[in-house]
Amino acid sequence: MENNSLIEAQNITVEIHSRKILEDVSVSINCGEVLAVLGANGAGKSTLRKVLCGDLAPTAGAVSMNGKALDDWTLIERAKARAVLPQDSTLNFPFAVLEVVLMGRAPHVRGTESRKDYEIARAALEAVEAEHLEDRIYPTLSGGERQRVHLARVLAQIWESSATGARYLLLDEPTSNLDLAHQHETLKIARKLAVEGVGLLVILHDLNLAARYADKVMMLKDGKIIAFGSVEEVFTAGIIDETFGVNVSVIKHPFFDCPLIIWRDDADISE
Amino acid sequence: MNEIKDNLASRLFPGLRTKLKGKRGRVVLLVLFLLLIFIVLVSADKGAVEISQQQIFAIVLKNLGINVASDFTVQQEATLIDIRLPRIALGLLVGAALGTSGAAMQGLFRNPLADPGLIGISSGAAFAATAVVIVGDAVSVSLPIIFQLFAFPVAAFLGALATTLIIYRLSTIAGQTAVATLLLAGIAINALAQSFSGFLTFYATDTQIRSLTFWKLGSLGGGNWSSVLAILPFILIPILLFSRVARPLNALLLGESEAGHLGFDIEKVKKLTIVLVALSVGASVAFTGLITFVGLVVPHLLRLVTGPDHRYLLPGSALLGACLLLAADFVARTLVAPAEMPIGVLTAIAGAPFFLWLLLRDRKWRIIH
Repeated sequence: MENNSLIEAQNITVEIHSRKILEDVSVSINCGEVLAVLGANGAGKSTLRKVLCGDLAPTAGAVSMNGKALDDWTLIERAKARAVLPQDSTLNFPFAVLEVVLMGRAPHVRGTESRKDYEIARAALEAVEAEHLEDRIYPTLSGGERQRVHLARVLAQIWESSATGARYLLLDEPTSNLDLAHQHETLKIARKLAVEGVGLLVILHDLNLAARYADKVMMLKDGKIIAFGSVEEVFTAGIIDETFGVNVSVIKHPFFDCPLIIWRDDADISE
Repeated sequence: MNEIKDNLASRLFPGLRTKLKGKRGRVVLLVLFLLLIFIVLVSADKGAVEISQQQIFAIVLKNLGINVASDFTVQQEATLIDIRLPRIALGLLVGAALGTSGAAMQGLFRNPLADPGLIGISSGAAFAATAVVIVGDAVSVSLPIIFQLFAFPVAAFLGALATTLIIYRLSTIAGQTAVATLLLAGIAINALAQSFSGFLTFYATDTQIRSLTFWKLGSLGGGNWSSVLAILPFILIPILLFSRVARPLNALLLGESEAGHLGFDIEKVKKLTIVLVALSVGASVAFTGLITFVGLVVPHLLRLVTGPDHRYLLPGSALLGACLLLAADFVARTLVAPAEMPIGVLTAIAGAPFFLWLLLRDRKWRIIH
């Protein structure tokens, strides 16, 4: 049982119009861990996320959750154990913020939301520091506020442990619209969930956020894994150069026990 | 800029909507129900022959086998039982069908401009019904009257279904509705259906031309008890089944993959919604012709009060649609009495400016990309 608390993808290949978007990628999201996926634009990060949550059937390879093939789960059972925050959601209809968060409770609700669902939705809003937005109309929010509301929605979805005990959260660039303080807040929430036993996958662009908050890091380039391992193993100048084609220095973080990546342009330095 | 986007409800009652949400939705439904009863009574009351409320009850009770002491003329009784009541029942059913199918289409396409009339579904239904009239007469089908009665709604349903599927295929790419394509496809399908109808008119007899005009303009005038009975299942069953897609449609507004992540089987929901809309629009068009803009206006008005939650929006649209159509029919037959204005003309006169206002407002919302 313990060994099965993971979402596992084995030898995933995705081919669209005979172009390989992902090639032979194997990865697992373990309960209690934050896995950060990094890579240049178009490296296949979101495609991998879609395969892992069942949106996209891989051309080859298999995905399982808790040791059971993803296709063998009913949609509703899947939704009770696993929440997904896509890159951008378009919602043009004038729902109140609390209603949007309450939708996260959908897999647990029959008919009408209970008092408990409301409590959870409000607690989730509080967790993302958006409780003051509760009555606002969603389309009037700023990009960052919307992103936090959707984070609250997916938090509400997996607020309590599922029937199988295992819970997973897949976040696709959850910090893209956020200010610096909220970027850190979001990843602190991710960390806290990992401590509670949730398995997380977070797609990020900021190397230092990944270095500070992730347990494991995967580097993707052109659909292939460049590196997959602990923060210390993956964040080396060589691997970062290979993945992104940039020169960096990796030093020890002055305050935290993690690496600090500094961008450098050798052309400038040599002058 | 942001304030423009805030809807009326939140401006009038800040905070009230979420706090009273469940209760408030039910209150709105109750108010609409009472309003509907009021409109039904007024509609039964007024017309070429005046019948008082007391007389209405006495006549209805008498026809149920209970005799009450009240005087009314035979003419009054005949008017109420054979003309006015079936017409009201037809208006009630068709209004409810147009309201709910508008709300459901807007949810399915995730766009508040998707109206069965505007995007060509009604035209598709009308074309199919027209074809049945012309072709049916040409091959002189000698079927019992009951089959003929059902031939229209079934043909109109198939026409509506085919059109909806075509429109959906054309305008939706990877779960995203291209609104410009949606409305343009609607224009094309409307034009196509009209030219086909024109072509059929060319071969039509005089009586056939009259029924073609009826479909083009829309009217509740053809209402009698057998048409009410024929239309009843086509409208009542969808209205009851729409409650099954209410929560999935809410989630669908977030996006297709998001709704899937929340555990809803979106493909099933989409198919069911399309069939239900085709059923109710098809039946409506078959018996009352093209009555446009009801499906556009009703859900909009309601969203201002209840918000976009389909659990209240769908039944509310049924009630408000029935109210609006009965009110429109009341105006249509009393404004220029004893003559009668085609109701489709009336709803278009009121609805088209509303649509323009929406476009103007939504330019700021960037709903049309």
